[in-house]
Amino acid sequence: MRLFAQHLSLFRGERLVLRDLSCAVPSGGALVLTGPNGAGKSSALRLLAGLARPDAGTLTFDGNADLAGIAAMLGHQDAIKPGLTALENLAFAAALSGRDAPAALTALGLGALGHVPAQLFSAGQKRRLALARLSLSNAPLWLLDEPTLGLDHASIARLGKVIAAHRAAGGVLVAATHLTLPLPNAAELALA
Amino acid sequence: MTAFAAILTRELRMAWRLGAGTPAALLFFLVVVSLFPLAIGPSPSQLAQIAPGIIWVAALLAALLPLDRLFAADFEDGSLDQLLLSGVAPSLIAFAKALAHWLTNGAPIVLAAAPLAIMLHFPGHALPALLGGLALGSAGLSLLGTVAAAIVLGARRGAILLPVLVLPLATPLVIFGAAGADAAAAGLSAQPHLLLLAAFLAASLPIAPLAAGAALREAAAA
Repeated sequence: MRLFAQHLSLFRGERLVLRDLSCAVPSGGALVLTGPNGAGKSSALRLLAGLARPDAGTLTFDGNADLAGIAAMLGHQDAIKPGLTALENLAFAAALSGRDAPAALTALGLGALGHVPAQLFSAGQKRRLALARLSLSNAPLWLLDEPTLGLDHASIARLGKVIAAHRAAGGVLVAATHLTLPLPNAAELALA
Repeated sequence: MTAFAAILTRELRMAWRLGAGTPAALLFFLVVVSLFPLAIGPSPSQLAQIAPGIIWVAALLAALLPLDRLFAADFEDGSLDQLLLSGVAPSLIAFAKALAHWLTNGAPIVLAAAPLAIMLHFPGHALPALLGGLALGSAGLSLLGTVAAAIVLGARRGAILLPVLVLPLATPLVIFGAAGADAAAAGLSAQPHLLLLAAFLAASLPIAPLAAGAALREAAAA
């Protein structure tokens, strides 16, 4: 088991948003978080990313509690700067991981749009650009919050390939969604 | 180091692309300084006497202008999460932001201060002391402002809270900066004042990024 969470609980202010979340995901495994709006799916992802700290419970990756640089996340915001071109938006991620940004764009069907300012992108194209940034990361743990939001069928298929490559390399993936994702053999965890 | 350069490149590229921040701050600086002769009167001796004070206060206010968007834009669109997840130390992110703030705000204002000081009849022989002090002080101010911008992140009415946090802490900079220029204008040595400004910068150089980094982590966790 690479990702190991035991009895995680999280307060936001006075409100308990997550209670007793436990999960274990093996190398190459995927976990889908489901549940109604407000069930704490996004909070759970921020917790697994190490952005939020759990108020109770333990979280380890490869037996290590330090999550710095372990996780890459696609939040519900795309974090795309409209003033920069697609390639410039990816420049930081590419510089950190040393991977090839144009190849990542091509994998998500944006190969021809590398030098187009992101403000001209549609919502689905921005989502794909955010996914391209995710795929540039060397992080072994991918956290996806509604990854298919605004994507067409062809793009969902491309996303499926990118995710399959990540899992084949031993990566771990946790996704929160209401829709069906191209994730074969994924475990499911329902949040109440 | 790669990460630091990458963040700095990204910041400068966005400042260049949007093209609004630096000219707006410079224009603000110019207008505020130009208002004083209109309000006080054009007497050259009087203007020369208060020139350092005018320029220092105007520079301080102009430095505040871009601060409330320094982290807020990245916080709102999710970019801050991406930066924090990248594994780069939060203090390094904060330091890159502070340096970008100084390069796009502090440095241009130091350059613009020279013609404005001459316009206010400030004696030319004291100009290096004024500009040197302003260079040291504006760098300290960028670091101080970065901490405040990180602290108010996510707070309601953060834009109003920000000047209230920064301005009291910036008083030593204004005092020693203006006093140094005054001393040079009177034919005395500006060195003690400049050294105190340098000391402020030396102290805030390690402390400010650490404090701002911790504040960024808190803002993301909230």
